[in-house]
Amino acid sequence: MSENWIEVGKLDDIPAQGARIVETKGGNIAVFRTQDDEIFAVLDKCPHKGGPLSQGIVSGKRVACPLHDWKINLDSGEAVAPDEGCAATYPVKMEGDMIMMSLTANEGCPNS
Amino acid sequence: MKEKLVLVGNGMAGVRTLEELLKLGPDDYEITVFGEEPYGNYNRIMLSPVLAGDKTIDEIMLNDEQWYTDNNIKLHKGKKITEIDRVNRKVIADDGTVEDYDRLLLATGSQPFIIPIPGNDLDGVISFRDIHDVDLMLDAAKEKKHAVVIGGGLLGLEAANGLLLQGMSVTVVHLMDTLMERQLDKPAAAMLKKSLEEKGLHFLMEAQTEAIIGKDQVEKVRFKDGTEIYADLVVMAVGIRPNFELAEKAGIHCERGIVVNDTMQTFDPRVYAVGECVQHRGQTYGLVAPLFEMGKVCANHFAKMGIGSYEGSVTSTKLKVTGIDLFSAGDFTGDENCEELVFQDAARGVYRKLVVKDNKIQGTVMYGDTIDGTWYFDLMRDETDITDFRENILFGQAHLGDSGHGDDNRIAMMSDTTEICGCNGVCKGDIVKAITEKKLFTLDDVRAHTKASSSCGSCTGLVESLLAHTVGGDYSVAPHLKPMCACTEHTHDEVRASIKKNELKSIPAVMDLMSWKTAGCSKCRPALNYYLLCQWPGEFKDDSQSRFINERAHANIQKDATFSVIPRMWGGGTTPEELRKIADVAEKYKVKTVHVTGGQRIALYGLKKDELPGIWGELNEAGLVSGHAYGKALRTVKTCVGKEWCRFGTQDSTHLGIELEKMTWGSWTPHKYKMAASGCPRNCAEATIKDFGVVCVDSGYELHVGGNGGIKVRVTDLLCTVKTEEEVLEYAAAFMQIYREEAHYMERTAPWIERVGLTYVKEKMLDDPEGRKAAAERFLFAQKFAQDDPWEERAKGGEAHEFTPIKKIS
Repeated sequence: MSENWIEVGKLDDIPAQGARIVETKGGNIAVFRTQDDEIFAVLDKCPHKGGPLSQGIVSGKRVACPLHDWKINLDSGEAVAPDEGCAATYPVKMEGDMIMMSLTANEGCPNS
Repeated sequence: MKEKLVLVGNGMAGVRTLEELLKLGPDDYEITVFGEEPYGNYNRIMLSPVLAGDKTIDEIMLNDEQWYTDNNIKLHKGKKITEIDRVNRKVIADDGTVEDYDRLLLATGSQPFIIPIPGNDLDGVISFRDIHDVDLMLDAAKEKKHAVVIGGGLLGLEAANGLLLQGMSVTVVHLMDTLMERQLDKPAAAMLKKSLEEKGLHFLMEAQTEAIIGKDQVEKVRFKDGTEIYADLVVMAVGIRPNFELAEKAGIHCERGIVVNDTMQTFDPRVYAVGECVQHRGQTYGLVAPLFEMGKVCANHFAKMGIGSYEGSVTSTKLKVTGIDLFSAGDFTGDENCEELVFQDAARGVYRKLVVKDNKIQGTVMYGDTIDGTWYFDLMRDETDITDFRENILFGQAHLGDSGHGDDNRIAMMSDTTEICGCNGVCKGDIVKAITEKKLFTLDDVRAHTKASSSCGSCTGLVESLLAHTVGGDYSVAPHLKPMCACTEHTHDEVRASIKKNELKSIPAVMDLMSWKTAGCSKCRPALNYYLLCQWPGEFKDDSQSRFINERAHANIQKDATFSVIPRMWGGGTTPEELRKIADVAEKYKVKTVHVTGGQRIALYGLKKDELPGIWGELNEAGLVSGHAYGKALRTVKTCVGKEWCRFGTQDSTHLGIELEKMTWGSWTPHKYKMAASGCPRNCAEATIKDFGVVCVDSGYELHVGGNGGIKVRVTDLLCTVKTEEEVLEYAAAFMQIYREEAHYMERTAPWIERVGLTYVKEKMLDDPEGRKAAAERFLFAQKFAQDDPWEERAKGGEAHEFTPIKKIS
């Protein structure tokens, strides 16, 4: 499948261990930057009660939802056990220092 | 090639050790397990409920055979190891199976003690130890009538209760004159006996069994005084002894059990032992909680991490008989240097006794209402000085009942639909179901699975009691000193001390030096950020990414991801100009809700994040600044109008409140911090439920500390009375600073004071004037770096990335 890559912004536009949102018609997508400068894109909606994941604390490759502290794995979008749920993730890649993202969600997350 | 680990004994202790090991180093060993019983690992302490018909065998299985397969563990079930060849490092089973080992773990448990009397080998004479015994009893109950249980201890009574519920007529025979004499004193034992008699059990006390009589099958039991009673089932439950024959035969040093050191190693360094078979520092254990602690330490050494050490366990006991609540821990008889505090209400069937020495709890016995058992147990293990609340201690931890449970605090009596956790709507039935179905043993497990006690924490005591009640007294209690979170082994105090001593000035520096196990989490990072900020004012650069969103965005996130804005109103006062500005802003930004807060301010709700800097800029125009209503910080100083207007006012409480707020605004604290100043003892500003409250009196100012409304209402303690406003300010600054420097993150002043004791706070505040002045000065110094309005900075464009999307796609 060929994704339509769009430019999101530069790496340094997002604070390390932080996130910023991309507003789309289908809802916000949170673009995360970890301490190790890895980038992940996850639907900005916690599978629990829809909390904005972009506003959570990012530790390692996880974010803690600001509403009820569910932990979501940034790479898979899945909630950390014993909680169960999944937020859609989106393909991302770097081109130089530009973050590129596809708006077509990765497969494998049935609830999204 | 992987080293080989062999476990002898497929019970709770050994398998728990393997589980801990698999967490630490899943691929370290090739693991083999020998178990005598033809089952996987089951929860032996739940055999009583199985006998009583409350549970099935399936419900008490902890690890089924699939678990062994999933973890690549070779399980030899139904095979008994008969020999350890230590020279060649092999174990040999009764069927001839041989396995090599590099390390050997012995978890052979214990065996029931069989009284050496004639007839003890007749058909129908059994013990109460494993599934096989339970099966025998259940079969016997179907066709036989008279059961005699020898032994009026914990195990004997649980067996007797089970047989009674299976329809048998049951007589308990006990050598001593009171039941459970190792756990209960006489009054409690008498209450227990009465309750059990009401259920239908018969007792023969001070009866020494001489012989069991019958041809092949038991018929009668004869006592020393010559009397005989009919019996067609005899259960011997007079005690257990560690099972160490195998180890002893192999030449491993044993006394009353297999002797181990603090790393659970036997005298043969390749051989370890855990559980009921061991003797550690002269102690043997027959309960489950110590097994978990031992397992953790042992696994740690198997994984070659080498940092765990087992220092013995303090244990408590509960009886698993439905409808009977009893709790016992520690030394409940005491000696001539001990005092006894006793509460007895025979009509309600409630008895509690505390044995106290030097104002520290040595032991407790409780009957009837045992909800406070876990609290007393914690106080005992932590060796807390109870002087400050001794007069009320027998009435229990008062605030436990305050979250809506009132008098209905007998957890055994609660219905399944009783709500335990009001924050997350978790009922008793949900928790019990999770504990039994998911095999939970710790408070953290219950929190993770049910969310009960994971928000405000006020129901923690209830959840712990429920855990204790459901799995029996031997649930795994939280360790004596609690680590900050799962990311570290260190406690809050250790981390703070290290930050100071080692001059650590960043979060990564703390995590490096103190060997954090992870990259941190949403619990420890905000705590570390606060500790660093508090220790190094002006030096530490605040790490906004380690702050909760509210403190990062300087507004409160709401459930729909919008934010609220609450400007400061000094001492609860405002002006027409400010109100006009708030009205204008509310209209311009189409604020959905305008609400007056409990802290004498006005809140605007429903703002989008990217609107915040704009609205703040406009509020700034009228002099309105951040109210820090979103932070672990100084919130409000509530006042009444005092003597300026009120005919009862004794001092100018409004002015005092404003002065207090001007001095303290902008300071970060371990948890939210509220103050109030009332102009007279009528106390309209409710100063006696604030962290720091001033009640003006004619002669000066009463200073009250450690109160809060909210989750667990706590009325303040009176600290002292001072004469002047200057003194009020000095004491306020000093108290706040001591709290800032010594409380754990997320601990309000109320639990902090209950933890350290009012006496301690008085020593620092009253007995040491120099220390108090120095603390006040440290506070004022820190304030130099804290009193910048965060709204103004952001309204002028600071931290813009926080408030704007990185991209908008239309």
